[in-house]
Amino acid sequence: MTQLALVIDLNVCVGCHACVTSCKQWNTSGAAGPLADVNPYDADPGGAFFNRVQTFEVGEFPDTQTVHFPKSCLHCEDPPCVPVCPTGASYKRPDDGIVLVDYDKCIGCKYCSWACPYGVREIDPGRKVMTKCTLCVDRIHDATKPESERKPACVLACPTSARLFGDIHDPESEVSKAIRDNAGYALMPEWGTHPSNHYLPRRRTAMRVHPDELERADNPLKVDGLLPRPSKADPSLDDVTSW
Amino acid sequence: MRPEASVILLTTLIGAGQGLFLAIFTAHGLALFDLVAAADSLAFDVAGSAIALALTGAGLLASFFHLGRPERAWRAIAQWRTSWLSREVIVLPAFMFAVFVYALVHFAGVRPVLARLPGGGAIDLATLAGLAATLLAFALFVCTGMIYACLPFLREWHSPLTPLNFLLLGCASGFTLAAAFSAAAAPGLTRLFTGYALAFTLLGLAGRGAALVRNRRLKPKSTLQTAIGVKHPRIVQKSMGFQSGSFNTREFFHGRAPGTLRWVKWTFLAAAFAVPAALQALALVLADPAGPLLAAAFAIQFAGLAAERWFFFAEANHPQNLYYQAVA
Repeated sequence: MTQLALVIDLNVCVGCHACVTSCKQWNTSGAAGPLADVNPYDADPGGAFFNRVQTFEVGEFPDTQTVHFPKSCLHCEDPPCVPVCPTGASYKRPDDGIVLVDYDKCIGCKYCSWACPYGVREIDPGRKVMTKCTLCVDRIHDATKPESERKPACVLACPTSARLFGDIHDPESEVSKAIRDNAGYALMPEWGTHPSNHYLPRRRTAMRVHPDELERADNPLKVDGLLPRPSKADPSLDDVTSW
Repeated sequence: MRPEASVILLTTLIGAGQGLFLAIFTAHGLALFDLVAAADSLAFDVAGSAIALALTGAGLLASFFHLGRPERAWRAIAQWRTSWLSREVIVLPAFMFAVFVYALVHFAGVRPVLARLPGGGAIDLATLAGLAATLLAFALFVCTGMIYACLPFLREWHSPLTPLNFLLLGCASGFTLAAAFSAAAAPGLTRLFTGYALAFTLLGLAGRGAALVRNRRLKPKSTLQTAIGVKHPRIVQKSMGFQSGSFNTREFFHGRAPGTLRWVKWTFLAAAFAVPAALQALALVLADPAGPLLAAAFAIQFAGLAAERWFFFAEANHPQNLYYQAVA
């Protein structure tokens, strides 16, 4: 069974919002209709986005870390938003595990957004239906695109490669290895939703200096500077030239 | 959560309608056993059912204003296997239909005796329709309550007290309305209904009070640490990623000061429970069945229950709010 998901490396994300804008661009241009904005050029702009980058400060000055935190639908393996939907508009695809909304069936009752602890579902102000990240489902399976472009728009746009995309049920996939090797974790594990998207934690970048690097192992007498000149009688390296 | 007028009206109106019908059928059922005199069919059963239908119909109408695409509302019956909301959408019209049949049978007077109770009470079509409507009324209370109680991370709602309180508060307002209505339509039943109304009001106070005490002691399960997965006691949000509001900042915050919440809480405790209970007790003490007194009790209680429902939504704290704490 396949479960497509994103793995987001918080150690690499610089908070540039390229994933936000590329997501908006792709998903507002698709066949599903525009992802509407309200007052986009006015005093109080708003609108639906599938992906938001938030910024948190961890710790107390001067010992602080700035964590940029991209958040989109986590495509839970046990999505609480799906069973509560009264119309069946919200569903999880059995073949690739993507949680989707059928915009033609949604009645806009917002109940699924109440049932999502992560707050990743947003009502489209134009279409008045619930919208959310589709993992660019209209792109990743598009056989007319070259293999390298069959990835979500946000993954292709990320300038630091902080976003990885793949099948987390395949132990040999890039995302599974990244989760395994870098202690990837899921958000709010206490609710048992088993999010598919994982985050890679911040890793402190420290220079490790071993004692034998400070004190040269090949210089036990701690004599620095030029070595004494050998005598002319001593053998030279090639028996032709002398020191 | 943001309290929405359409949902407040839906839940309070259908609660009162269900309670009113339960009161009407209580009189019908007691009359079967000759415990009370049978009320006048047209003035009490038909008119009372019509009021219950009007209340539930108004609630149903209000619910459409909650939807983004109301023209597709019929689709909501599809997922009754998993969704309490879908079940409510099925049970509410079914309840209204059963009440309509009950009223129609009374109105037409088509009441052939189908069976007789040992005491001589006649089981007819009205009894069957009323029994169905009663069962559906209870089912509807459960469905409405479970819509909220089934969401585990809205911990203020995730409790058996939620459906119980929907039942008790609906019955309280419904029986108070039945008492006020019967003062005009069937004065012989007024004292009975007033007694029931007082009991349900006090039980409702106990149930809602228990929920208030429970919710005061709740400790949040989700924290900013589990929300972003960083283990540090001090995490501060610097930016939520956009400068003005979004669906997430509007739908899940009530946007009022904590003082307003306290004020609303004491208002609904007084208006939904204390004042109506005092008026009902006064009506019981007074020899004359006091119609205006009971009508005032219903009006005050209904307004109080609307405030209660507002508070019910406002006090629920959604874990997604952890992600939306700083505008920038």
